[in-house]
Amino acid sequence: MTETISETPAPAPDPAPKSPGEPLLDVRGLVKYFPVKGGGLVRRKMLNVRAVDGIDLSVAAGESVGLVGESGCGKSTTGRLISRLLEPTGGTIHYDGNDITHATRKQIAPIRSQIQMIFQDPYSSLNPRQTVGTIVSSPMEVNGIDPEGGRKKRVQELLERVGLNPEHYNRFPHEFSGGQRQRIGIARALALQPRLIVADEPVSALDVSIQAQVVNLLQGLQRDMGIAFVFIAHDLAVVRHFSQRVAVMYLGKIVEIADRTSLYANPHHPYTHTLLAAVPETDPDKSGNRTRVHAFGDMPSPINPPSGCRFRTRCPKAQDVCANEEPPLIGIDTLLAGHRVACHFPGPLEATAKAEESMPEERIEAALEAGITTDPE
Amino acid sequence: MTMQPQLVPEAGGSPNPGTPDSPLSEAGVAAAPQEVVGRSPGQLAWRRFRKDRSGVISASIVIFFFLIAFAAPLIEKLYGKDPYTRYGQIHPGLLNEVGAPIAPNGGISGEHWFGIEPAVGRDVLMQLVYGIRTSLLLAVVVVIIVTVVGTILGITAGYLGGKVDYVISRVIDTLLAMPSQLFFIAFTPIVLALFVSERETTPTMLRATALIIVLSLFGWTRIARILRGQVLSMREREYIEAAKVSGAGSGRIIFKELLPNLWTPILIVATLDLPTYVTTEAALSFLGVGMTEPTPDWGRMINKGFEGMQSDVTYLAFPAIAMVIFVLAFNLLGDSVRDALDPKSNR
Ligand SMILES: Nc1ncnc2c1ncn2[C@@H]1O[C@H](COP(=O)(O)OP(=O)(O)OP(=O)(O)O)[C@@H](O)[C@H]1O
Ligand code: SF4
Ligand SMILES: [Mg+2]
Repeated sequence: MTETISETPAPAPDPAPKSPGEPLLDVRGLVKYFPVKGGGLVRRKMLNVRAVDGIDLSVAAGESVGLVGESGCGKSTTGRLISRLLEPTGGTIHYDGNDITHATRKQIAPIRSQIQMIFQDPYSSLNPRQTVGTIVSSPMEVNGIDPEGGRKKRVQELLERVGLNPEHYNRFPHEFSGGQRQRIGIARALALQPRLIVADEPVSALDVSIQAQVVNLLQGLQRDMGIAFVFIAHDLAVVRHFSQRVAVMYLGKIVEIADRTSLYANPHHPYTHTLLAAVPETDPDKSGNRTRVHAFGDMPSPINPPSGCRFRTRCPKAQDVCANEEPPLIGIDTLLAGHRVACHFPGPLEATAKAEESMPEERIEAALEAGITTDPE
Repeated sequence: MTMQPQLVPEAGGSPNPGTPDSPLSEAGVAAAPQEVVGRSPGQLAWRRFRKDRSGVISASIVIFFFLIAFAAPLIEKLYGKDPYTRYGQIHPGLLNEVGAPIAPNGGISGEHWFGIEPAVGRDVLMQLVYGIRTSLLLAVVVVIIVTVVGTILGITAGYLGGKVDYVISRVIDTLLAMPSQLFFIAFTPIVLALFVSERETTPTMLRATALIIVLSLFGWTRIARILRGQVLSMREREYIEAAKVSGAGSGRIIFKELLPNLWTPILIVATLDLPTYVTTEAALSFLGVGMTEPTPDWGRMINKGFEGMQSDVTYLAFPAIAMVIFVLAFNLLGDSVRDALDPKSNR
């Protein structure tokens, strides 16, 4: 496995690394606001859904970075911004040294094929009126790629590569199961020999028994073909086996980012702790007596996020300063280089658990209410 | 935009594919390839349609009418009469002195199978055959224009959105809010006056053209509105995004990704539209703003039949019954087409 860890040493804010260690993808201060009509019958003011609100992320060639967070935190929006399906509101996206932040379809054409996507829903990601052969070969058609031996041969190779019967190129998507459809989507993404794949929850819609097979397939592809991945997931379990680095997102911001081992062994953000509580324990020795921190309340609306630290309405460790000052995403001396946390009181899991235990009832109720009142009107 | 796992299959696809997610088939290349060529959603629809009795019967009736319209000159040759000659006035013994057919049942005989027209004395069968031809031809032309225009404008509005969508949608709303029948009656003479001064007699082709223009002007809104809605929901689908990610432009997305998924609503609306235009054209001719003498016309025949209903029911019966059968069969066909193409909607 390519254990490339391209994080620049801790002291933040790190300047964009130049030349030798230059990342394949470099995202700085990425922002995406969706304008929506506000409530109120008479005067409808325009409000912004702050889906992504200032994200820094870099991915080295061949590296897999996991992007984790609960539903609605802006993961898909981030993925769609990177693959340029959406126009960023702010920030920059550099791919292989080129600024593609606002590149038009024509401008981006030369590198379009290098950034591909795998989608979440195996049912809506394949055109029901096209055969598998058409689906997998149309990226080649669009880009005028004529592989040796013809497109059909290449399609069959790709189908075989993703574990499908190459003779099935004439079939229609409805003849396949969810897992097989997802494999077709993967074959389509591979057709252009990409260097970066944004996989937006590629296994969330699949049966648990099939998830592992598809993850294994992706892992094999990453290893054999050296493709870099931005792997989006809503829990930490799936990315654990797949990503060398993991970024945890909450309400449009990255709250913790670290090398896989460091993040799972030494998580320091209270939100990461609540996410880890949902991960089933794989080590039988540790199961049973593991400390778990529970998230309470709902995520506030991204239209009107809490001041200061966005997690404060649900955080067991929240103090007054959390409401007033936004914690920067910075490295911590006791942690490995590249492990960065956005919290005023970073600490190990046990500390958060203790804080949760001693949390008075009113505080929980207040937090629950805060979660509701942050909704607009 | 929530990306919930949506486990409902697309329209046209049978919900459950033959191959389950068994570890074996998942592992891949296994599973004997007995039948390698897959069935397209269209082929599946055709199979469903063939099993639908009422669909097949109504399709046969509709095809029969189209054959009659198409083969009218051939029928004329074999039958030996034309729709214009006033047989009743040329041959004595067909019409009496008040112009009523002498033979019973409106003058039905071995010579004139459906009888002869009162007073004028033309052959009813030939008039009906050519009348059907006129009406169907007009209706088909209108349906083609309306479908093409409506499809283009509907997809454009839905896919491009924004200002384009706003303008097209407002035009659709305005046209739909107008009482179209009233406008047909009011507008047809105006359109005609644009081409011909009042004194001259209007050539048949021009009348037909005017009718087609007026009917098309209002007609495209139905299909456009339906397709706009469909495209609005489809453009968020992930396969459209996949096409964009691969670098496809709007043209390719519209023609290769969207259009193949829109044949179902297009076909359904077109089959429902056609009988509407046949009856609308008939109604206009009935009201005197459609085709005029001597061009044979289905609607005008019915109109004339009504006028002389007391003295001669037969002249009304043939065109009226034929139209009822045609419209009924076509509407049943429309239902069957919809059921076959969109099996989930039939409840
Ligand atoms: N086109 C849009 N218009 C308005 N709001 C949007 C749009 N797309 C996304 N959003 C909002 O932005 C926020 C982030 O959405 P996003 O889809 O990125 O979340 P996610 O983390 O991928 O969630 P999920 O796990 O449900 O896929 C959500 O509140 C969503 O409602
Ligand atoms: S900054 Fe404060 S509220 Fe935010 S996570 Fe840290 S302790 Fe909790
Ligand atoms: Mg998502």
